[in-house]
Amino acid sequence: MEVPILKQGDYLIASIQAALSDADLLRLRDDLAQRVGKYRSKGVIIDVTVLDVMDSFAVRTLRSVGQILKMRGAETVIVGIQPEVAFAMVQLGLSLTDVWTALDLEEALSFLNRLSRADESHA
Amino acid sequence: MLEGVLIPIVSDQDIVAARQSGRAMAAKLGFSATDQICIATAISELSRNIVEYAKEGEIQLAPCRARDNGRAGIQIVARDKGPGIPDISLALKDGYSTSRSLGLGLPGTRRLMDDFEIVSDPGKGTAVTIRKWLR
Repeated sequence: MEVPILKQGDYLIASIQAALSDADLLRLRDDLAQRVGKYRSKGVIIDVTVLDVMDSFAVRTLRSVGQILKMRGAETVIVGIQPEVAFAMVQLGLSLTDVWTALDLEEALSFLNRLSRADESHA
Repeated sequence: MLEGVLIPIVSDQDIVAARQSGRAMAAKLGFSATDQICIATAISELSRNIVEYAKEGEIQLAPCRARDNGRAGIQIVARDKGPGIPDISLALKDGYSTSRSLGLGLPGTRRLMDDFEIVSDPGKGTAVTIRKWLR
């Protein structure tokens, strides 16, 4: 199941459409690493609303996405973690470091916009 | 009464299939949304252990009933003929892993469920049995 990646201005939006296998997750990681370079993106939003399971492999992969994209000059925001999924992740002992999180797409976009404005005012 | 199901685990695709069947069975048995997700996540971790350490094995899902109080629940058995776990108490410690994973699999799975039993014979295989009871 390939994850569609849309370009919106300075950002990329990856909307996961269905349950992902380990191989699908790794492909998403590699696709994003390529495309932030191709489109010179400053931020990547990954929408996980449809995922009903975020296990240790999914979390490990998303963390590595955050680390890799950071090295490519982009911030990663995970949106749409469902409350039951968040509960299970905490029980499992997982924490989602190396990425930002936001409630939904709208929140993530305004967060990335604030981040880039802060960046410009420092420059 | 719901029938038990047996899901062979040989690839990462089967991990998705196993956790989806587990969630579906948990929903039919009347588990809450949160419990369904916890059960599916536990199945995902156990099937991942099979693929990672034993290469192949199976996940058995079945409705169950407690002997002492007659409470209904779901039982999941993850079985493989892999290398086994030489030191179970070490494998149940948070942060311990022999592969590249986060080392949360077994202790985390135990926290997601009500019952957790593990039998492992080094060189012969491992069977992990987990249960969750309806509240």
